[in-house]
Amino acid sequence: MKRTLAKASLQTALNLLFFTVIGTTVLAFTYSQTRTTIAHSEEQERLALIAQILPPGIADNDLIHDTLQIRPDPLLGTTDDTTAYRARLNGEVTAVVLQAVAPDGYAGRIDLILAIRSNGQISGVRVVSHHETPGLGDYIELAKSPWIKGFDGKSRQDYTDADWKVKKDGGKFDFMAGATITPRAVVKAVHKALQYFAQNRATLLAPAGTPRG
Amino acid sequence: MKIQEIREIFHNGLWKQNTGIVQLLGMCPLLAVSSTVVNGVSLGLATALVMALSNASVAPIRNVIPNEVRIPVYVLIIAVLVTVVQLSMNAYVHRLYLVLGIFIPLIVTNCIVLARVESFASKNPPLAAALDGLAMGLGLTAVLAVLGGMRELLGKGTLFSGLDLALGDSAKGWVLHVIPDYHGFLLAVLPPGAFIGLGLLIAGKNWLNLRAARRASKPIAIMPVEGGCSPAAHHG
Repeated sequence: MKRTLAKASLQTALNLLFFTVIGTTVLAFTYSQTRTTIAHSEEQERLALIAQILPPGIADNDLIHDTLQIRPDPLLGTTDDTTAYRARLNGEVTAVVLQAVAPDGYAGRIDLILAIRSNGQISGVRVVSHHETPGLGDYIELAKSPWIKGFDGKSRQDYTDADWKVKKDGGKFDFMAGATITPRAVVKAVHKALQYFAQNRATLLAPAGTPRG
Repeated sequence: MKIQEIREIFHNGLWKQNTGIVQLLGMCPLLAVSSTVVNGVSLGLATALVMALSNASVAPIRNVIPNEVRIPVYVLIIAVLVTVVQLSMNAYVHRLYLVLGIFIPLIVTNCIVLARVESFASKNPPLAAALDGLAMGLGLTAVLAVLGGMRELLGKGTLFSGLDLALGDSAKGWVLHVIPDYHGFLLAVLPPGAFIGLGLLIAGKNWLNLRAARRASKPIAIMPVEGGCSPAAHHG
């Protein structure tokens, strides 16, 4: 009796193991088949996004692979390592693409990507992901409204710290009635990212071949 | 397989036992992604594919799987298939994959997939099982399409927005701006819109059933209302 029970259990276990092995094989095969395509599409997607915020002709390098690991920084609002991309012309850095987080959106964090030119001017900002209310706070998406383009060309030189607020708070940035929290968070995050850039200018703009900061 | 059987399977999947408005299984994706036609149909088709594949994989081995561990085996098979679909979508329709995001892996947890494997594929031959999975999935897709259409039309005044995500940039011009200069109706886009829309669809189906039953039998009997997870009493 004891023996048959053990045998039955073993048989069931082997059966389960058999299915697990088959399942794993199928998954491994699919993964190996799709891996390069997925990596390629992700790279294309990222490149398309970066191309939106960099003016044409600013880079002659393969910027998707000219990266810099950025440590988490309160000025960027990041809690994990992020990747910065560098646009170069003849080896000289012309712009840096940074990832930043506005942690205080109406519905949690707003992920941003922004390109800052070597002279400290903003080349462009885009929202990568957010959970703001559709129809109210989502005008920070370019697909919904050109609001986000209001940052283009701005820098800390021509806008003082007090200007980096929405108009309702006495600053110089537009907002739409009914949704002030969202743009307030984005403006603050962009302003802080500019401060980060100013503080880490030397590392970010280091010429090619220097050790990674 | 007889034509009659095939018709029965499709009638069950698309109408009589429709997962979305009769069995009320798989509500999570239904409510979450049905904000536009394209999102709803895309996730519906992905689910239909997974259901057809999982039913087709389980049916041929239904007599091999030990009864005691059948549920883990089913879940394993479904999870593998969903991951295969997820990886393929990530590779070949990457932008659509970004939109549907978390809801693709969540197909694993959609109880309708396991429900059909357990209640149909484990008792029927492979071809019938595959057709059942497909029909059930298409029934769900149809509900997602109608619900997505209602919410998109009311909420944004468009139809088929986001088609370019699935078919490439050339499809950008296919978006129908049904109501020009529409300012949007937030309630329809937000989750409550999904609940209200689904309620209306269920009411509509029940009304059609009642009407059919009333025509069939002159003396009007009191009809039980369909709903819940029970494969409800059917009439007509």
